[in-house]
Amino acid sequence: MAIQPKKHDMPVQPPQERAHNFNEVALGYAEEIAVSEAQRCLNCKNRPCVSGCPVNIAIPDFITKIKERDYEGAYRTISKSSSLPAVCGRVCPQETQCESKCTLGIKFEPVGIGRLERFAADYHNANCAGEIELPAPNGHKVAVVGSGPSGLTCAGDLAKKGYKVTVFEALHVAGGVLVYGIPEFRLPKEIVKKEVETLKKYGVDIQTNVVIGKTLTVDELFEDGYEAVFIGSGAGLPKFMGIPGESLKGVYSANEFLTRSNLMKAYTKDAQTPIMRAKKVAVVGGGNVAMDAARTALRLGAEVHIIYRRSMEELPARKEEVEHAAEEGIQFDLLRNPVEIIGYNNPDDRRDPKNGFVTGIKVVKCELGEPDAKGRRRPVEIPGSEYVIDTDCVIMAIGTGPNPLIKNTTSGLEVNSHGGIIVEESTGKTSKDGVYAGGDAVTGAATVILAMGAGKTAAKAIDEYLCGGNKNL
Amino acid sequence: MYKIVNKRELNPTVTMMDIYAPLVAKKAQAGQFIILRADDDGERIPLTIAGYDRDGGTVKIIFQIVGGATMRLNRKSAGEYISDFVGPLGCATKTDGLKKVCIIGGGVGCAIALPVAQKLYGQGALVHSIIGFRNKELLILEDEFKACSDKLTVMTDDGSYGRQGVVTVPLKEALESGERYDEVITIGPLIMMKFVVEVTRQYNIPTTVSMNPLMIDGTGMCGGCRLTVGGKTKFACVDGPDFNGFEVDFDEAIARSSMYADFEKRQRDLCCNLFKKEVN
Repeated sequence: MAIQPKKHDMPVQPPQERAHNFNEVALGYAEEIAVSEAQRCLNCKNRPCVSGCPVNIAIPDFITKIKERDYEGAYRTISKSSSLPAVCGRVCPQETQCESKCTLGIKFEPVGIGRLERFAADYHNANCAGEIELPAPNGHKVAVVGSGPSGLTCAGDLAKKGYKVTVFEALHVAGGVLVYGIPEFRLPKEIVKKEVETLKKYGVDIQTNVVIGKTLTVDELFEDGYEAVFIGSGAGLPKFMGIPGESLKGVYSANEFLTRSNLMKAYTKDAQTPIMRAKKVAVVGGGNVAMDAARTALRLGAEVHIIYRRSMEELPARKEEVEHAAEEGIQFDLLRNPVEIIGYNNPDDRRDPKNGFVTGIKVVKCELGEPDAKGRRRPVEIPGSEYVIDTDCVIMAIGTGPNPLIKNTTSGLEVNSHGGIIVEESTGKTSKDGVYAGGDAVTGAATVILAMGAGKTAAKAIDEYLCGGNKNL
Repeated sequence: MYKIVNKRELNPTVTMMDIYAPLVAKKAQAGQFIILRADDDGERIPLTIAGYDRDGGTVKIIFQIVGGATMRLNRKSAGEYISDFVGPLGCATKTDGLKKVCIIGGGVGCAIALPVAQKLYGQGALVHSIIGFRNKELLILEDEFKACSDKLTVMTDDGSYGRQGVVTVPLKEALESGERYDEVITIGPLIMMKFVVEVTRQYNIPTTVSMNPLMIDGTGMCGGCRLTVGGKTKFACVDGPDFNGFEVDFDEAIARSSMYADFEKRQRDLCCNLFKKEVN
């Protein structure tokens, strides 16, 4: 049988329609499409895709199960390695990971591994009651700080080995960036909730409203009988550019804008938390977070411009997100760098309610110069090319800095010059005995799957630390 | 879920609650704050801690009923539960080494000034307190302040109780007559704190202000609570809420605080109508 050269398309909501709602954009493969896509897998011997996966899912094995129409079997295969299959199938950058290594991809398009993963997970969530085999408790207690992707993964892996795991979450709901950061239209919150419920079935105790570093300290966790602690507290304070006007009304960090919309549901009609319903929004930055903020603003009814200082080629966001954003009508003002945010000021009436609100953003045009240390061509400003883009809202999506809470309250925990916790890469071990860390708290802003990989690595190391790694496997 | 152990109306617009939250009570210090949600779909409300009982496991909050979220909170009775209560957040007020201080509270800000006054009084400092309100009806915590102040001056805008005038009047008088403080600590409306700082700056008396900007997570993630302090961006939730008053850009903070004025008004009207209907 000849191999179909292209991946089966992912059915999506039409752009004109989805630009006005928060429902999921990608609709998922139907059963027959999934089986047909699975048949594209060559089941090659050296399985390069597995090494491209930060959590080493046995990809050809689960795809084989889909071929055999054993979807629950496919799910079980995935969940041996991943605690959050329905999440990864949606938000992983497969094109730079598993799919980038696919043998089929040398000649044709690679197998749609992410789409198949999502299919298996969604099938499981829709059709299986989720009876699970509880592991025998091994008597050890581990604390996990933060319920984002790294924390949930670490907790899940340890719970499956019989550890008594407690996850401490600062917010009122579990999920970390999966609930406050990634929008509903990319990752429905019901899915996150289900994944969290699954972990609870494994005996993971999730304590919301506990801020480690404030409510309790890492040292106190040890006093309370936890034998190891994993810190997956995520990224910290949002960065601003340091240009004039960043304190005007209508300037948000992407974190704030997304948190208002996602966590606090400000996009719904009856929400009690406000969000600005701007006519025109400028999003500064070119990463996945910038795309999420832009597409959220669009759905709230705005005309949206992305301002990025390099060109389309250097945009760090996932290709699919950029394509989706462009299809939905988001405009890319590339090779532009903001120099000032301009606000309304009525000198004759200090009580004018429009005073202090954003009216525009002044940008300077750039051209690409020599490559920088990372090999990306450096933007060079063109003198005298400044002009003003009218806008009533500016969202800064230029990254995050460290969160000082845990560093400041944990004795013997070393951090680097960026405030990231220093760890041994192969284990996640920090400078403090029994303390492990991973995810954005270590690396600064990165992806969900890298954080999950770090959570997994740390879980393995914690198991070795407490049980010699073999007692309960 | 967190139980409302005790509830008392301090005046028609200000309510006090003791919330059972033993982990928070164990750590709470004067100057820190908590974030609560009254209901599952509620807004996150940041409130500075008004007191705590470590043995009883309760934290005292005092809030002004200003908008939809606080109206909803105020409808809960003692014995009922609120959905979320997290803290203690932010940094405690620094009181080390202070021998003589002036505490200036305005309106509901007095609720937050009180534990600071109590702490300083308890550690042997000489405490002069000035508390100000719009009128007699809105006066709160007078007896409590009396108990922890070497001198207490009560001001009302309309003169219906205590002295007539704003809090900066007695402050200025004291400083003019040669009174000197190691520090002035002021908590209240932004405009009041701004004017207090204008007075103390002339005498170069170190002045701490407690800022309560708009906030969501309160743990250093969203950046909504940013302020300009000494020309730098600071985050009230992790760097504050206390700041050096001489360095705070009050005009900017005042402008930012009205970002959602329209939304807040709509929420307030909505709640008023809704709750009125239920009563009828």
